[in-house]
Amino acid sequence: MSGAYERRLLTRDRGTGVLQKLWQIPWSFVLLLCAVAAVGYVALYSAGGGAEPYATKHALRFGFGLVLMVSIGLVDIRVIARFAWVGYAGGIALLVLVLLHGNVGKGAQRWIDIGPLQLQPSELMKIMLVLGLAAWFQRASWERMGNILFLVPPALMVLLPVGLILKQPNLGTALITGMVGAGVFFAAGVRWWKFAIIAAGVAVAAPIAYDHLHDYQRARITTFLDPESDPLGAGYNIIQSKIALGSGGLWGKGFLQGTQGHLNFLPEKQTDFIFTMIAEEFGLVGALSVLGLLALVVVFCFAVALRCRHQFGRLLAAGLGTNFFLYVFVNVAMVTGSIPVGGVPLPLISHGGSAMLTTMLGFGLLLSVFVHRDAEFGPARD
Amino acid sequence: MIGFRRGEHAAGSRVGGMGAKGVRKEEERRRGVFTRRALLLGLGQVGLFGFLGSRLYRLQSEDGERYKTLAEENRVSARLISPPRGRVLDRAGTVVAGNRLNWRALLVAEQTQDVGATLETFSRIVPLTDQERARIEREVRRRRRFVPAIVREFLSWEDMARIEVNAPDLPGILIDVGTTRLYPEAEHLAHLVGYVAPPAERDMDGDPLLELPGIRVGRAGIERHHDLLLRGRAGAVQLEVNAVGRVIRELDRREGVPGQDVQISVDAELQKALRGRIEEGTSVVVMDVRNGELIAMASQPSFDPNVFNAGVSGAQWREWTRNRATPLINKATNGLYAPGSTFKMMVGLAALDARVVTPADRVFCPGHMDLGDTRFHCWNRNGHGSLDMRSAIKASCDVYFYEMAKRAGINRIAAMSKRFGLGVDLDIELPGTRRGLVPTREWREAQGKPWNLGDTIVHGIGQGFYQLTPLALATMTARLASGRAVQPHLTRAIGGRAVRGVRAEDWPSLGIPERDLKLMRDGMWAVVNEDGGTGKTGKLPGQYGAMAGKTGSVQVRRVTREQRERGYKAENQPREWRPHALFVGFAPADNPQYAVSVVVEHGISGSAAAAPIARDALVEVFNRLRVTPPGPRVADVRP
Repeated sequence: MSGAYERRLLTRDRGTGVLQKLWQIPWSFVLLLCAVAAVGYVALYSAGGGAEPYATKHALRFGFGLVLMVSIGLVDIRVIARFAWVGYAGGIALLVLVLLHGNVGKGAQRWIDIGPLQLQPSELMKIMLVLGLAAWFQRASWERMGNILFLVPPALMVLLPVGLILKQPNLGTALITGMVGAGVFFAAGVRWWKFAIIAAGVAVAAPIAYDHLHDYQRARITTFLDPESDPLGAGYNIIQSKIALGSGGLWGKGFLQGTQGHLNFLPEKQTDFIFTMIAEEFGLVGALSVLGLLALVVVFCFAVALRCRHQFGRLLAAGLGTNFFLYVFVNVAMVTGSIPVGGVPLPLISHGGSAMLTTMLGFGLLLSVFVHRDAEFGPARD
Repeated sequence: MIGFRRGEHAAGSRVGGMGAKGVRKEEERRRGVFTRRALLLGLGQVGLFGFLGSRLYRLQSEDGERYKTLAEENRVSARLISPPRGRVLDRAGTVVAGNRLNWRALLVAEQTQDVGATLETFSRIVPLTDQERARIEREVRRRRRFVPAIVREFLSWEDMARIEVNAPDLPGILIDVGTTRLYPEAEHLAHLVGYVAPPAERDMDGDPLLELPGIRVGRAGIERHHDLLLRGRAGAVQLEVNAVGRVIRELDRREGVPGQDVQISVDAELQKALRGRIEEGTSVVVMDVRNGELIAMASQPSFDPNVFNAGVSGAQWREWTRNRATPLINKATNGLYAPGSTFKMMVGLAALDARVVTPADRVFCPGHMDLGDTRFHCWNRNGHGSLDMRSAIKASCDVYFYEMAKRAGINRIAAMSKRFGLGVDLDIELPGTRRGLVPTREWREAQGKPWNLGDTIVHGIGQGFYQLTPLALATMTARLASGRAVQPHLTRAIGGRAVRGVRAEDWPSLGIPERDLKLMRDGMWAVVNEDGGTGKTGKLPGQYGAMAGKTGSVQVRRVTREQRERGYKAENQPREWRPHALFVGFAPADNPQYAVSVVVEHGISGSAAAAPIARDALVEVFNRLRVTPPGPRVADVRP
């Protein structure tokens, strides 16, 4: 299969040069990301009561992330596909490392200190999982997708990190990781009925799993069902967040005028509840605009997926889009009191270096898919 | 490369063995499936975005007005209501730790623009020291902005009036009535009830109650042991307040759970009488032998726990900690003493249990015992002559018990002591109680030293390495008297309900033959009531029945041969070189009810210094408890 033709192809692609590739980068998308990050800057400016301590850092991180993203975008997608396994294995290794040596927060092991950076391997793992699954499914034919034995290794590829993240224990991220995996499976063409069986299995297992949850996790579920039952403890966050959101009204209280946020009723307003801050100060109009920008990012991911000519790129783009979507959805649903509080930040807007870096890393992969959307991969195999 | 254009290669130009047509078909099929599914996924996600949008619409537009009133004009402020701390009551139901009103000025940070300015104005009305201001500012920083910090407690009427008049210039300051802990018996029960103090950083266990201003946590004694029960659970009010902090109305109120009252078994009046009877360095424990309840436990000197409420000054603290009489330390639970002759019953029981002696076996005491070239003296230099077990206890003959120890061996003695609660954790509700030490051969060898027969002999009369608390000695005596493994305890009832352990049947038997116990009790009876007994000074007045007991005195300093030859007299020594005086006893001898142990530091003679205190204590107990009878009945103490 690896004939002279393919080699020629590769040579030709390399021959197009960095400048030409740069020209192919979808700068409109980069602009979209800048707009989202700018929203983050404004919100963090308000949360910090000035450029310090959050907003400036946010801008610097985003700038660094942009460079990272564009650099990855220039890497040939086939090189990425070839080293997808390394990325996946590295992600797993970091997860194991964080279990053994990680720092404990809120009763869970979650991050490792790398110099000034606090790396949360579970964030990175979601990207690496998409990468690994895309690499596994890239050459699978429709027939092969129907073969249940062929699906066992990728299923394990999902379950292993999910298990490790559960062990941290970080229920929210574990669920999101599982759902990202399921998204890739779905896009890759796994038959409908298999999802139906798994959904039924989860419905049966959920009550059993509830018994094994940590007290704080159960508390989240019960306070979600009745937040007023614990107005000073776990329910406090949800109640205050809803009051802040609701009081923002249609047009908001105005920049730096959010009473809930600025009088510290709102907890963790620079991280998990940043969206509440935006909604309080800029109202429904502002909140929906931000939501619209974020939806555009997701739509772009799927557009890249549909436009791509190779299965690896399609799956990668769809998986990354799903990952980004889940981030946004879980965060906004959480602050609006629609699902239990989960400690998930809003990507590109919340304060936090680790999440920003992993998000930009993912978008770097997405850009690579876009730039190399017509690259040649081998044909599907049975 | 020639003629190759982007977009063509997927369709046409695959190389290899596979049919190009099949490859293309498969690729198209795969692409078709992906396209359908990606569209489904994408649309689903956009749909969920729509859901979020609708949710926002409902919160911000439809319910917006409602939330606006909650947040904008009348901010919702959640405040905790601190429940009253449970009281501590004595045996008779008298309050020994209660609450009293405390008027105080609080500062709510969220209600003032400038904390510093408000404090500045305040200190012009009621002067604040720099220290106080630093503390207030620290508290303000540490807490949520709606949680008030205490500016000044125990306000006088004049101060309050001045603050009220100047209220417009004092944004964020509010006057509030809280409670403070009051110990009516002051130093009499300080070692038992303990005291409370403001929580430190390390006490913050997540209980929101601990963030409240003026809240106190138990730091010692019952206050600490039952802290969670006494503390109760915080209630909460959600208040609507306007911009200057005036409360518009109450939105929601959840009452807290008040702390539970704890009744202890000690009788405050008795305790007071007892403390009046004893001098510095003395500790007394009175225990109900039937159920282990402590009726009194006094240690001189003591301290006033009320002082801890407002914070102890450095000078006061230094005075307490530098005082050689250690007022902060409860000698009854933390003073460690060798038991001396009061330990002889343990040696006797160990020997009987090991069947190395019978009660009737006689040992001849010539006034000393020789082992190699070491001579072990009896306290009676002239010797006691021939003695059986009963008369050996009565005369407290050392030589007899040297012999018993030699026969039984140290480990059997240690095992017997443990059954009587010596050198083991007694699990009493007084945090920090010392366990003490009962040596064994292995213990000594673990220190890398050999155990010699001479050591065994010395330990036969309760000297040597032993370190026991007066509480442990009282427990030993109660177990001797009752034959049951009673544990000393203080808690009688919680929230008006009696706790387990009130009835004698709650306690398991020691498993020592009644015949052996009887022999010991009989010997102890003879100590106090027969001519020639060493404790006749403890004899009770006739109407109270008879007491059985045992004296003891232990050297705190070795007496050398030269000193003996020059005519050693303990009375002529400096006070801190004089021996300790001990006494243990129980009464009535024929139907034991109360056990008592007395340790008089440097009191020289158990018979002269300790036994009379035990006698007076028991007389007092019988006088008092006839009024509040002992036993399982527990008064319903809740108001």
